[in-house]
Amino acid sequence: MAMKRAVLDLWVGVFVAVGLAALLFLAFKVGSTGGLAAARSYAVTASFSNIGGLKVRAPVRSAGVVVGRVAQIQFDNERFEARVVMNIDTRYQFPRDTSAAIMTSGLLGEQYIALDAGGDERMLADGESIRITQGAVVLENLIGHFLYGRAEGGDSGAGQAGAD
Amino acid sequence: MANGPGYWLRRMGARWVDSTWRLGLATRFLVLILLYSGISIRRFQLVIKEIFNAGVLSLIIILVSGLFVGMVLGLQGYETLQTYGAEESLGILVALSLVRELGPVVAGLLFASRAGSAMTAEIGLMKTTEQLTALEMMALDPIARVIAPRFWAGVISMPLLAALFSAMGIFGGYLVGVVLLGVDEGSFWSQMQAAVDFREDILNGVIKSAVFGVAVTTIALYEGYDAPPTAEGVSRATTRTVVTSSLTILALDFVLTSFMFRGVS
Repeated sequence: MAMKRAVLDLWVGVFVAVGLAALLFLAFKVGSTGGLAAARSYAVTASFSNIGGLKVRAPVRSAGVVVGRVAQIQFDNERFEARVVMNIDTRYQFPRDTSAAIMTSGLLGEQYIALDAGGDERMLADGESIRITQGAVVLENLIGHFLYGRAEGGDSGAGQAGAD
Repeated sequence: MANGPGYWLRRMGARWVDSTWRLGLATRFLVLILLYSGISIRRFQLVIKEIFNAGVLSLIIILVSGLFVGMVLGLQGYETLQTYGAEESLGILVALSLVRELGPVVAGLLFASRAGSAMTAEIGLMKTTEQLTALEMMALDPIARVIAPRFWAGVISMPLLAALFSAMGIFGGYLVGVVLLGVDEGSFWSQMQAAVDFREDILNGVIKSAVFGVAVTTIALYEGYDAPPTAEGVSRATTRTVVTSSLTILALDFVLTSFMFRGVS
């Protein structure tokens, strides 16, 4: 009896070990363990005329490297613009005149925010906002411009939300 | 035989009343199991023996089905994604569908038919051969001694089996996608890692499978405990276990999915 139980315990042990290994595989090989922890990041806001298909948790990249994530997207009902809050890793500091643009990875890929560092001496601090922004390019508008020849007076939607 | 409309109405009504009654009994049964779980923790050997029956013996069917489901997902997903030139996203497709839905649900269905039916038949037969009564005569509570260890074994085994199913399925998708059809290995894994979130996707999948484990084992044990002590009664109870727990899994899955993955923003 004791012998038989030992064999059974072994099998159950193997089962639990393999099951936990599968969970670890899912956790580390298949998934990513969340975004950046709130403690190690600082929040920066930016207003865009159009965010296109940007979503919460979309990456914030600078020079192609992921430096943060989009934390919050709101509609500013006073300026009729989109307010995007992003958490940026504290390891990366950006000058105050950094510009933000919403880009698309590939033709149909996900949208992300690209940060282009400026030359200011002072760095962006927690809670500050990025002033120079460029909204998402809306494909329909581009096609519209293309079809109707030269752009007639100003660029709608697709264009720039300049510094203010 | 009075086959008038009144007869059918009465029969339908009786069925509803009966179902509600059984739901109430099963709930009370679950509460009893939880109350009498002390002995399962003190004598964990009992639970280990049942984990062997419910978990280890289900391994083969779970692993093989997981592999094939993943391979089919890889094949079908590749066909569709290729049209858009997005075959690198195959990893996302395979991983998300397995971790969120197919892993817990299909593993749950297999667990219900492989382990749940066995539990019902075993308990039903123990009742038929008056082994449960014999335990009571020896002042051992059958719920504490027989039912609760099986319940905990099911609840422990189910998430592990679902995780194994998902992992095996992802491996199957990798085999077909990367090894057979030549999707780039690096982007297969990196896109998957970028899209699958630990808390959002994997943890929710684990929670789902644990809920299914509770549901399936409760139904299986209750059906066995409640089975009429005849050969026919036990066979009917076994069938009912598989049918009821499969339907319960699918219904619960809808409910859980609708408030776990309610859009991203």
